[in-house]
This record gives sequence, C-alpha cells and structure tokens, in this order.
Amino acid sequence: MSKIAIKVENLSKAYQLGNIGTGTISRDIERWWAKMRGKEDPFLRIGETNDRTTKSESNIVWSLKDINFEIQQGDAVGIIGRNGAGKSTLLKILSRVTAPTTGKISGNGRIASLLEVGTGFHPELTGRENIYLNGAILGMRKREIDRKFDEIVDFSGVERYIDTPVKRYSSGMYVRLAFAVAAHLESEILIVDEVLAVGDAEFQKKCLGKMGDISTNEGRTVLFVSHQMDAINRLCKSTVVLDNGSILFKGNSNEAISHYLKGEKGTYSHRSWIGMNNAPGNQIVKLRDVSILNQCGEISEVLKINEPIYIKFSYEVIVDEIEFTHGLNLYNQSGIHILSSHDLITSKKKLKFSRGIYEARLEIPKNLLAEGLHQISVAIMSYNPFFIHFHETDAAIFTVVDTLDGTSARGEYGGSFPGVVRPMLFWENKKIF
Amino acid sequence: MKNTFDWQIEGKSSLMDLKLKDVWAYRDLLWLLVRRDFVSFYKQTILGPIWFFLQPLLTTVMFTFVFGKLGGFKTDGLPQPLFYMAGITAWNYFADCLTKTSTVFRDNANIFGKVYFPRLIMPLSIIVSNLVKFGVQMILFVLMIAYYSIIKHENCFPNTYILLFPILIFLMAILGLGVGMIISAMTTKYRDLAFLVTFGVQLLMYATTVVYPLSTVKPSLNWIVKLNPMTSIIETFRYGFLGNATFSWSNLAYTSMFAFVVLILGVIIFNKVERTFVDTV
Repeated sequence: MSKIAIKVENLSKAYQLGNIGTGTISRDIERWWAKMRGKEDPFLRIGETNDRTTKSESNIVWSLKDINFEIQQGDAVGIIGRNGAGKSTLLKILSRVTAPTTGKISGNGRIASLLEVGTGFHPELTGRENIYLNGAILGMRKREIDRKFDEIVDFSGVERYIDTPVKRYSSGMYVRLAFAVAAHLESEILIVDEVLAVGDAEFQKKCLGKMGDISTNEGRTVLFVSHQMDAINRLCKSTVVLDNGSILFKGNSNEAISHYLKGEKGTYSHRSWIGMNNAPGNQIVKLRDVSILNQCGEISEVLKINEPIYIKFSYEVIVDEIEFTHGLNLYNQSGIHILSSHDLITSKKKLKFSRGIYEARLEIPKNLLAEGLHQISVAIMSYNPFFIHFHETDAAIFTVVDTLDGTSARGEYGGSFPGVVRPMLFWENKKIF
Repeated sequence: MKNTFDWQIEGKSSLMDLKLKDVWAYRDLLWLLVRRDFVSFYKQTILGPIWFFLQPLLTTVMFTFVFGKLGGFKTDGLPQPLFYMAGITAWNYFADCLTKTSTVFRDNANIFGKVYFPRLIMPLSIIVSNLVKFGVQMILFVLMIAYYSIIKHENCFPNTYILLFPILIFLMAILGLGVGMIISAMTTKYRDLAFLVTFGVQLLMYATTVVYPLSTVKPSLNWIVKLNPMTSIIETFRYGFLGNATFSWSNLAYTSMFAFVVLILGVIIFNKVERTFVDTV
C-alpha cells in the first residue's frame, strides 16, 4: 500500500458575501457573544450552498462543504469544476493561504503551491535577483537555489537578460522565468492552478512536459486545477469534480471529464419544453424539444462514429407569414467550435411559415466527428432585418464512440487518436520508382 | 495501517502556536526581502543611498529653525541641531517600523493571497530593512557629534550609557513591530485605523520628547509624557550619545515592560488574523 500524500477530511469553508465594513462590528460582537456562551456561530447557517445564481437570505455561503478525499504519493490528480465550484478555495486552503472553517487536512511531505507564477517578482530587480527572491518565497533555501540556478536559467531560456530588471522583460519572458523557478522546486507535493494558460504554445508544451516528468519520473504528487480538459486528461490519472462546493465525482480522469461536462449542462440527448412557459423563443416562434437520434431513429446519448447522427428539433410558429432559417452549432468537449450550419443553402428559396408545429431534422454524416463528448446549440433566426428568435446553447450533449470494429477511420489501431474531426480519408500509395 | 502525517491544516489553532520554527526555516527569505527593499529603494535614482541622509538632515534644519530659533525651545544645553538630530533619527526608526508594519497585510495582500510563508517574515523584514536605514543615518549623527564636540568644542560627549544603545534599538524595534502588528491585524477588517496611523504617528511625536527635552516639561504634565514609552528611549538615547538628558532606570524599565507586552500581544493577534485575512482584506 502506497503512502498517503494528502488526506482531506470533512473540509468546509464559509465566506461572507457583500460588503465588509459598517455593520460587521455589531455582527462580530454578536458572534463573540455566542462563542462566549459556547454556542455555534449564529451566522454560519448550515445548508447554504454556493449557488451564485440563486438568491438567499443569509449572506454566508459555503464555498466548500464536507469535502473528503485522499491522494496517494506519486499521483497526479486533476481538479475540475465550473467557476465558483470551489476549486480555488480548495487550493488556497491546501496551500495554507487561508484556513478552513471546519475540517482538517493532513499530509506528508513539503507542499509547494503555484497559484500564480511570479508571485513576489519585483519589477526593479534583475532576473537573477528575482530568481532568488521568488525561490525563497516559494520555500527554497538559498543553497538550493544556488544549486539549481543554472538549470532554472536554462529552462527559462532568458539567459541573455538575466542581469536586466524584469520590468524590461516581455510578458512572455517574465512568465518563462517565473515558471522556471517554480518548476525546479524540490517539494514532494506540487499544487498548480491554471498557470499553463500562459506563454506561447512551445513553452506551454514544455511546461506540460515538465509537469508530466514531475509526477511520473520523479514520483512526486501533483495537484492540478485547469479548465483545459485535454491537459487534465494527459497529466492526471484521476480527477476530482467539484460542483457547488461538494464533490460530484472522483475517479478516472476520462470518466470525470465526461461527468463534469454532463453535470455542467445536464445529460441530454433529449430536452423538451412542451407546455413550459420558459421555452426558448419569443412571440413569433418557440422551441418545443430537441433530440439526438441514432441510425435506427432512437433517442440516444451514445452514438457510433461510423453511423450517421440525426439532430431533430421541433418548434411552434405562433404567427402567420413569417420567414426564418434554422441554424446549428457544434462544439467538442474542449469547447472548440467544430462547425456551424444553416439551411439557407439547402432550401434554395426562402421558406414562409404559418401557424403550426414544425420539425427540423439534420443529418451529421458518419465518420465526421471525433470520439468524445459533443454539445450542440440550435437556433432560429430571420434575415432582413437579422433577428434571432432563439438560440438554445445547451440544447443537447452526446458522446461519440468508436466500437473498434475496424470499419472506422481508426482501422485496427486502438491507441490515442487526436484531432477534432475524424473523417475517413482516402489514401493512395503507389510505387514511383 | 495507521498513517502518520508530517503536517496538518485545521480550522482552529492554538493562540500560542507562533510558528517560530517556520520563521527560522524561511530566514533566507528575510534577508532577500531586506535586500529587495534596499536595492529597489535607490534603483534609478541619481543620489541613491544619499537620500537616507537627506531626510533627517532637512528635518533637522527645519526643526532648528522653527522650534530652536523661532520658538526658542530649550535643548538641555546641547547644540540645537544635534539635539533635534538625535530625536529625529531615533523617532524615525520607531515611526517607520510602526507605519510600515501597520500596512503589511494590505501592502502584501497580493503575495499573501497566492503563496504561503510564515507571515511574520514580512514585518520582521520591515524591521531589519529600517534598521539598515537607521544605521546609515546613525553614521550621519555620529559625524555630527564629532563635528560639534571636536571642532566646535561644544560639551556633548557620549558617556557609558551609550552601551544601552543596542537595547534601545531592540526596544524601538519591538515597540514599532508590536503596535504595527496589532494595527495591521485590525485594519484587515476595519480600515479606519489605517487613517489614524499616518497622522497619529505624527501627533505622537509631539507627545514624545523629540522637539523638547523632558526636563522642561512642567511637573504637573510630566506623567503624560512619561506614559509614552518612546520618551524614555529618546531621553536615554540622548543621554548616552550626548551626555545630557533625563535618564531614569525606572522609566526605561516601564518602557521595556510595555514593549514586551505589546510585542507578545501583537504576535498573537497577527498570527490569529494571518490565517484568514485573505478573505476579508
């Protein structure tokens, strides 16, 4: 059994909303009075979750609520969740920037956290001076930095500017130097928050490579928060999904990512607004339902890569004599906009609609989309003047899978297959000499 | 299998857990911060560290003119510039320690919000940085003593009480640190105090024997001035370096007591606030 690096038990953190200022002193006194009598803090009401979309009477929210998990030594663990799910709070508590309200974390080994690169960099100081200062802030001893100095400069690639004040650096150089210091920390546990979203593509790749090295080759524990699902997938074997301050899922990264993407928007290969007053639309046209269908015409969340996919949506037209067109957007799990489509081309002449219920159906050809989660949005809009009647961005989410029967673009190959689309392309080979 | 852990993070911690071991582990950072303060101070200036001299020098000229010449304040028989210089140099060290420490959370909210190191390092580095500045200013002061006593043959010679000097520095440092930390801890939530500090320190200077000697204070008001712990420090400082002032062991003992109580209180409050100040600052 491998040793535990971090153990989080019943961790909660409450935050106060609104302004801190006038009025807080009376509340502080009330709180203190309750404490003196041995009662619980009257302002920490149990059960308030941190859902920023709903209003509530209490202005205390639980940014984290009863979090429990364990991380084994040498694991690379991802943390994902939408904005406000509690990721940053968790990292802040882990890196001891702020203390939890209740609960505890225990662990083995020195923690270094990188909630930001270049913390404490002073613009007037030279690169060399800043390496020492930043290293010391991150917890390195001077001797340690001396030993690693050349390596750090080498990794950063700003050797020529090392005796120039960092305020003269380009932002890219600044970040490179900052990450280089952080990457050479000798801690057993490394906590990283989205710092990879900096620098040019080449440097990002270098950073990811270094982080992979740290966890796999050096056997150190890495905790990594990111919105880049592909980075999480590449670096982390397991992932924790946070939602409104509690753990939605923990386990295998692949599963976690699909949980997250589904959890964020709900699961849907079918969504219906029939009989509901909040249906997307206006006084002219209203969306009724959206479905994803497989080849056999059944509603399905899981679709085969080598079969066509049908998207069907129905809507009600409330007025007569109206012209509009149908549109669709398709995104993959990293949020990349793969394609857009509308029927201005296919329906040569403008369609005139009168009162009634209509259905639009669209075929996405087989062997077009890559494996993984896809999200669609549907819309109806008028031209001249341009007007969007509705654009439902969370219309449906479905997974494309490859059953590995050898008839897809994969052929017999079962390994990692990158790319946002996966068309069957025709290869021609001949002997020319 | 039972696991043992190296460290724990909990919601509540003992008030007395001052984490001095952590502070020791980060001692290199302390020196680097002091260096940073010093280097960044004179970078891109022409006069560089000479600025350290200019400030007390100009203040001395001003005080000599206003209080000495216009006001006609007595100076215990000491040359006026020397008298004011002594008061200003010592007072500035205390005042700088206090004002800088009192904004330590706000000034460093950015760093504190992103990375952990024992927060106590920051105020400590302020104390040491200012000590460097104080040292530079002391050179000027000593040169002035030499000028007045040797060249102008004034009666202003150091006596054996100059040996108390290290203790005086220490007392000023912990007094400034202690009060500063209490204020900084309180200003994380209530900013009001921050406004008080800047002019409060200025006002306090007039309640200290910087521009007048303790010997000229009316006996009926004497106790108020003596209540101020800085008074005995400045009087002792003048007595040791210039050979004339009001020195009393009991006043110094009172100041020491005061300073230690304030320091301990300051460290405790600071450590308590440090844990969650990021959420409120």
